Amino acid sequence: MRFNQFRLGVTLFLCLMALSCSSKNFTHSQALTIAGSTSVQPFAEKLAEIYMDINPKLIINVQGGGSTAGIKACREKVAQIGTSSRELHPNEGDLTKIIIAKDGIAVIVHPQNPVNDISIEQLRGIFSGKIRSWSRLGWVDKPIYFVNREEGSGTRDAFESLVMKKGEISDEALVQDSNGSVREIIANNPQAIGYISFGILNHQVKALAVNSVIPNLTTIKNNQYTLTRPFIFVLPSQPTPLASQFVDFVLSQEGQQILEKEGLVGFQ
Amino acid sequence: MKEKIIEKILTLLAFSAIGVLLLITVFIFKEGLPVILKAGIKDFLFSAKWAPTKGHFGILAMIISSLAVTFGSIVMGVPLALACAVTLAEFCPPRLLVFLKPTIELLAGIPSVVFGFLGVILLVPIIREYLGGPGLSLLAASIILAIMILPTITSISIDAIQAVPLLYKEGALAMGATHWQAIWLVILPAARSGVVTAIILGMARAIGETMAVIMVAGNALKIPSSLLDPVRTLTSTIALEMGYSAGDHRTALFAAGMILFIFIMALTILANLLMRKK
Repeated sequence: MRFNQFRLGVTLFLCLMALSCSSKNFTHSQALTIAGSTSVQPFAEKLAEIYMDINPKLIINVQGGGSTAGIKACREKVAQIGTSSRELHPNEGDLTKIIIAKDGIAVIVHPQNPVNDISIEQLRGIFSGKIRSWSRLGWVDKPIYFVNREEGSGTRDAFESLVMKKGEISDEALVQDSNGSVREIIANNPQAIGYISFGILNHQVKALAVNSVIPNLTTIKNNQYTLTRPFIFVLPSQPTPLASQFVDFVLSQEGQQILEKEGLVGFQ
Repeated sequence: MKEKIIEKILTLLAFSAIGVLLLITVFIFKEGLPVILKAGIKDFLFSAKWAPTKGHFGILAMIISSLAVTFGSIVMGVPLALACAVTLAEFCPPRLLVFLKPTIELLAGIPSVVFGFLGVILLVPIIREYLGGPGLSLLAASIILAIMILPTITSISIDAIQAVPLLYKEGALAMGATHWQAIWLVILPAARSGVVTAIILGMARAIGETMAVIMVAGNALKIPSSLLDPVRTLTSTIALEMGYSAGDHRTALFAAGMILFIFIMALTILANLLMRKK
């Protein structure tokens, strides 16, 4: 009896092991892999979803990993399309770059906050913890609470490279894990400041002009607004037909409309 | 024959529960250990610099925050919970008890996100207005957790108090003690191990709580220096960052999970030992 129980247990354990180790790879006759920036990921997923509805035979895998990983994956032919939320570096010139859309990063405060304009230097000062009082920005002498995104976020990555340059964001920053929850904090605290994707902006918060330029569709489109980042598809010099077709779809009027509906600024 | 089949099915189910726990343990350690060894145990546990995408894996600030939040919730929650337990077990008429005990247990069934939401909407603005700071703070997290662990501690303590033989109480009363003296000097000391077990299980619940803490704690990576400072616990870090993590960053989160696992394991074993001593 005891032996039987033991055998039962061992069998079960092995079954579980086998289950947990079973391969996830699933081959399909028509598959397209898109990998890269986590900021582009939700938009790529949306586009892929709609494209797969039109072409039911096709399977598109959209993966994250970051812009650099996406460019690397594309070069090593692991993915047919790489995505990036930063410009390509000079040594990445062997790849074809296609800008699919642009996104602005809006700096937001509470609607009751009288400050309307901020410079990049002031913004850097606030997020590095050097400017601590609103009086330095021409308001009352109250502490500034600045809200950051979590480590690994694409929006944070873009904010760091556009605003902080080499400097680090102070570890006193409050941290929230989505555009939506950053907005929620700012909407409830008159002394808070933060940054979110332009597409997420609503009436609960007030977007500041950065270096005297107000973020809107026009200023983002023509790069007048400084905190603008491109969303890029990266292709090898000889892309596969499937990849080219998908890119054509994204750049078509329909694809661009999908992106604008999701809050980005279309490029075409 | 039928008897045996049922017996075997039950054994199988029992083994599967243990199997799952075993798999989780193996998986967490397999994923988490390499990055700890890579960063060095000292730098991992005793450095407060956490920037995993830039190669810094120190979780000291989070360990301190987790412990601080747990301690805060115990300081606020235990007196309340014990008062509740004593009232319900000793002073409460039986008819009211039938109504009150399930009510307190119902408190345990409220989803943590609801507690977090209440915290953000009600508690955080009050703290910001009257005490200062950003409102999202160690204090807010402790208060919310104190409420959340209340039912756990209360119901286990009630059982412990009720398990004290009636003889003790009768003896104390016969010696001329008042009801309160009998509770304070005889019943509570006799129920001590059960009450301590209740507190430890409450601590395990507090240290493992994630959603409500993320919403009210502010999640700053600094080691807190006051009750009004925002804090980031181990659980918050895992939940906040797992969405975008890759490579070493991902395994570092598993390593943080490993530390959490060890904490909770230790608390549970302690609780079990105390329970057996009784």
